[in-house]
Amino acid sequence: MNIFVLVKRTFDTEEKIVVSGGKIQEDGAEFIINPYDEYAIEEAIQKRDALGGKVTVVTIGGEDAEKQLRTALAMGADEAVLINTEDDLDELDQYSSAYILSEYLKDKEADLILAGNVAIDGGSGQVGPRLADLLGINYVTTVTSLEIDGTNVKIVRDIEGDSEVLETSLPLLVTAQQGLNEPRYPSLPGIMKAKKKPLEELELDDLDIDEDDVEVKVETVEIYLPPQKAAGRVLEGDLSAQVKELVNLLHSEAKVI
Amino acid sequence: MDFRLSPDLMEMKNSIRDFIDNVVDPLAGQIDQDDHIPEHIMKLTKDIGLFGLSIPEEYGGTGIDMVGKCSIYEEIGRTSNGYTTVIGAHTGIGTVGIVDMGTEEQKRRYLPGMASGDIIGAFALTEPSAGSNAVALKTTAVRKGDKYILNGSKHYITNASIADLFTVMAVTDSSKGAKGITSFLVDKSAPGFIIGKTEEKMGLRGSHSSEIFFEDCEVPIENVLGVEGLGYVNALTILANGRAGLAARNLGSSQKLFELSVKYAHEREQFGKPIFEQQIIQHYLAEMAMDIETLRSFTYRVAWMVDQGMNVIKEAAMAKLLGSEIYNRIADKAVQIHGGLGYMKDFPIERYYRDARITKIYEGTSEIQKNIIAAQIHKEYMKTASPAHIK
Repeated sequence: MNIFVLVKRTFDTEEKIVVSGGKIQEDGAEFIINPYDEYAIEEAIQKRDALGGKVTVVTIGGEDAEKQLRTALAMGADEAVLINTEDDLDELDQYSSAYILSEYLKDKEADLILAGNVAIDGGSGQVGPRLADLLGINYVTTVTSLEIDGTNVKIVRDIEGDSEVLETSLPLLVTAQQGLNEPRYPSLPGIMKAKKKPLEELELDDLDIDEDDVEVKVETVEIYLPPQKAAGRVLEGDLSAQVKELVNLLHSEAKVI
Repeated sequence: MDFRLSPDLMEMKNSIRDFIDNVVDPLAGQIDQDDHIPEHIMKLTKDIGLFGLSIPEEYGGTGIDMVGKCSIYEEIGRTSNGYTTVIGAHTGIGTVGIVDMGTEEQKRRYLPGMASGDIIGAFALTEPSAGSNAVALKTTAVRKGDKYILNGSKHYITNASIADLFTVMAVTDSSKGAKGITSFLVDKSAPGFIIGKTEEKMGLRGSHSSEIFFEDCEVPIENVLGVEGLGYVNALTILANGRAGLAARNLGSSQKLFELSVKYAHEREQFGKPIFEQQIIQHYLAEMAMDIETLRSFTYRVAWMVDQGMNVIKEAAMAKLLGSEIYNRIADKAVQIHGGLGYMKDFPIERYYRDARITKIYEGTSEIQKNIIAAQIHKEYMKTASPAHIK
């Protein structure tokens, strides 16, 4: 099994987001592997251990993303690839990320590509499906169970409150949903070994990509924090009056009915 | 002078901290109550490689230096000290002897299993009549053909109930005092080796201390660890180097208590404002923070000295003593800041308060540490003073 995992470096979930000058401030912030990508890495390692093969983790970003790749190697991935766009591109969007990844993966003969369901920063959930489309392979999102038998794949996916069972075949791209597995913590010997594992660094030139080909198609108009949550309102009076008022408010104020 | 840890070490420290805070600590209360560490926690602890902390990479461990070990010990101090002790006793006195003094054959036989946690190590020195006065050992080992026959008993042996391999000190030549003691590696399945009852303790629950008995216990000669007659001398070095690790564990527990106290002081309101706004609480926290930074600096300096191969007998005793005193005063202040809640079992503070007390007693009491420090001061003076000054 030739397995690839798409990994994104994201803000630590415990970080306080500070917006200043229309941008999210990164100074002094801690970064982690996108938590959904951890499920993807864990699944890839388990599948490799069961079926043999190799796990390669891939990320697009700057030099700093090497840390997250080393963590993935410490968890048990075999190789890592950093597609460094720091010098070439100011920004990336779902289109440009998927395009760059497809140029990297097109001749790699991947049997299985795993990604997180969404990244906790942008939260678009688009890069995986767009990449599968560019590569012309099947894809299934929000996967909570993955069974591979030969080239046949049986999948359970989360469909918001229920689950759907699907059958498909390799080569395949899946995006991991919470519940797929319990990601391991990098072990101490794993961290030692990770130092010696190959980490390849590529730039757009190495993939024969012209900067114009990956010009972003999404324009960010504004970045702002969600408004402070206002205090709730407690209705008073006898029960039937409260119900009447509630219906009234849902209709006139909240405008949901 | 560079006080930063290497990036690899930072990664290890962070991984262990996440594991301790998110996986182990939520069960710390249960471990204390049941006096038992759940099997799945032990399994995950093995998987993450904590049991191989002192074992070189070539035998399957992590093989990090003392600074590295202390930075990990600091993190495992952030939870149930019973859990901390199970790992600390194994990775410290339980394995270091074999790593430092074992023959190649002994290392190959035991270390890979000890690194994975499949073989748990324990260290058996203390006897009912030989506590602080460790040379008064009564357990004997008599050579008979290609075996030694051990007779006697030990008590308060940490990890005894779960250990597979014991490093046992026994008298091989009673005429030579401290230099007539030999270390043996005793397998739990050795004929005549009996594990006795487990003590009920005030703290460190989840870690078991038990009696062990040797009744004509047979140990093959190839299980002598190090040189015959040098067992006690070697044990002293192992114990001395390990003291920096104890200080690091106490540092972690102190840090955890401090974090809980800062949080509580900001959340708990009395007299219409958070208690943090009371100057006395601020002063308690300032004192705690100062103690912690002092302990941190000193602990890592002693660890660094161990890594340089320097003699740390005096400094390690100081670190052990300082660590236990600071931990105890911080535990006391943490209870005080938390008030009634600090005394309740629903909250972790009282557990640390109970756990802290043993640190002034085990692995050399505070009084013994002071004796060691004073003995070294005397030795240093005698080296430099001219004979005329010495009466």
